[in-house]
Amino acid sequence: MFRMLSPFEGNLFDEFRRLEHDLDQLYGSGPWPNGIRSASRGAFPPINVGSTPDQVDVYLFAAGIDPKSLDVSIQQNLLTVAGERKVSIKEGAEYYRKERFDGTFHRALTLPENVDPDQVDAHYKDGVLHIVIQRREAVKPRQIEIK
Amino acid sequence: MTEKKDLEKQAPKAVQQTRQDERVLRPQVDICEDSSGITLQADMPGVPKDGLDIQVNKDNLSIEGVAAIAMPENMEPLYADISVTRYQRNFSLSSELDATKVDASLKDGVLTLHIPKREELKPRKIEVRAS
Repeated sequence: MFRMLSPFEGNLFDEFRRLEHDLDQLYGSGPWPNGIRSASRGAFPPINVGSTPDQVDVYLFAAGIDPKSLDVSIQQNLLTVAGERKVSIKEGAEYYRKERFDGTFHRALTLPENVDPDQVDAHYKDGVLHIVIQRREAVKPRQIEIK
Repeated sequence: MTEKKDLEKQAPKAVQQTRQDERVLRPQVDICEDSSGITLQADMPGVPKDGLDIQVNKDNLSIEGVAAIAMPENMEPLYADISVTRYQRNFSLSSELDATKVDASLKDGVLTLHIPKREELKPRKIEVRAS
């Protein structure tokens, strides 16, 4: 199972991003441009995006959400996910820690250009929203047979 | 031949194991207390019921979970906020809590733990009688 998850485990690309973010925090925004829709690290919910020749997989790590409150939409290759998480407060209890996100959220994501906005599938399981967007047929790599 | 194969299989696993141990995600928690005990809620998205491991050792409460996320084969990462799949966090309990009666439930990636106070130590209201 661990092997299955390995694509996201500490790859170099991610390390660079982390470094960039840390520098951002230290010195303010650097000379490098930020994505216009990119959220700062720590935004809710965290997102992972993976790609295969056939599809793009988007994972949103959003525990404890009513799937009905989620609004997933795609316009060309811009995917937006909005929703609300309500953390129920226990009446008459004293809180020592309140770290969990509470409220509305909105995240936008630019996907690779060749995704097909008509072929999107979304599932919510164990607190992870998994969105699968198929790539357009025409741009999938094709094996050319030599006769 | 089979022996060699087994070794080959084990070696990378052991390497992954140590890496796995080094990097863990700290789940975000809410903790509150009322007269019945302490309630802890932790966000552990992606963790199924059988991936959860809660242990109480003397006065140490350890919460661990491994996320199981379906991914297509040969997937390449484009972007990752989360690059570790193991959650872990420890808490120390105080003696008035009854660690033998911890109640745990998991729903949509949210773990809820209730740790009751020992019966004899529950706060009692003391009536003041008018003389």
